[in-house]
Amino acid sequence: MSGTDDTLVYLLLNTLLVNNFVLAQFLGICPFIGVSGKFQTASRMGVAVIFVMLVSSALAYGVNLVLVACGAEYLRLIAYIAVIASTVQLVEMFIKKTSPALFRALGIYLPLITTNCAVLGVAKLQTSEGYNFIQCLVFALGSGLGFTLALVIMAGIREKLELADVPGLARGTAIVLLIAGVLSMAFMGFAGLGG
Amino acid sequence: MAGEAMPRGRTGPTHRDAFLNGIWKENPVFVQVLGMCPALAITNTVVNALAMSVAVLFVLVMSNTLVSLLRKFVPKEVRIAVFIVIIATFVTVTDYAVKAISIPIYKAMGPFIALIVVNCIILSRAEAFSSKQPVSKSILDGFGMGFGFAIALLCMGSVREVLGSGTFLGVPLFGPNYEPWVVFVLPSGGFLTLGMWLLFFAWWRERKDARNSREGKAA
Repeated sequence: MSGTDDTLVYLLLNTLLVNNFVLAQFLGICPFIGVSGKFQTASRMGVAVIFVMLVSSALAYGVNLVLVACGAEYLRLIAYIAVIASTVQLVEMFIKKTSPALFRALGIYLPLITTNCAVLGVAKLQTSEGYNFIQCLVFALGSGLGFTLALVIMAGIREKLELADVPGLARGTAIVLLIAGVLSMAFMGFAGLGG
Repeated sequence: MAGEAMPRGRTGPTHRDAFLNGIWKENPVFVQVLGMCPALAITNTVVNALAMSVAVLFVLVMSNTLVSLLRKFVPKEVRIAVFIVIIATFVTVTDYAVKAISIPIYKAMGPFIALIVVNCIILSRAEAFSSKQPVSKSILDGFGMGFGFAIALLCMGSVREVLGSGTFLGVPLFGPNYEPWVVFVLPSGGFLTLGMWLLFFAWWRERKDARNSREGKAA
């Protein structure tokens, strides 16, 4: 990768649509199923995740440089988890200070981002792909947007589903998974986009 | 519950229940719907599903043991952080072990070995069970939950491999004329398969409940 504008756009499209984190790579399934019941909470959760992903991706890039310099790569996982947990804590404090209304709206979802495997996935994948700093940020942005996109689409469908006559057996998680399967098939149509 | 297996007046499940709950009644994937990411991502072949199950079983048993051993010394305020460090340590061990044993499996599992750290099953067992129960029960609980997870992954893996590539453990099943349903190996097949297993178990449970209530009325 040369890191020109072209490849950065492709990287963004690729993580957003072709390799969508939720629907193609199975990262962040728990919040995808747990928080996609209502459109409003889904979109707020998405924004919080994008923010945490961007900050933790930048921090993880720095931490990785330090670890490689010290020859302590085996500490990577523990260091990343610590970075993510403290980022979430930081974001929590920041939002609480600047916008108490948003803080109340996000409620329990904010601390739960720590255990969202999509966030750790970004840190882990950017290391194994060897992205540079700019690419890391674009990758984190694309992943976060992709996560939000999937979450918002699913929330929209589930709000409509309230009115539909779903068989009793399928109510709850089963129907969400079947819909996710169809959505994922739809996203396969993006394959090939962005090279 | 058997009275003699209960330790002196302490409440909690018996050893037998600690083991069996995870396998069936509280199956992590099919009943608690936890740890879905690896259950969906690493089950396109039976071999991958097996490898993932072994990795999770190891981390679960070891972290349950250590959390239970340390349960009297860890201050309540920082317990989650301590649990995560314990889990991350064992995951790092697993990560290096898998890399040493088989590079193809390591490649197939991609980032998901590292992601065992944030697998809700393991943290939820640490928080809900082994931080409160003695070591022997915690080990049994780890094995029970681990086997339950393995059963779920094998259910997923076998359906997806048989339908998606017409093989089981790499052995062709249907002869050369079988046209594989490629969709089952692809991501959307993971969602569909898990959805259908959940439907199947919901149907089974409903049938059992109906039968129980009928017998209850008859008696």
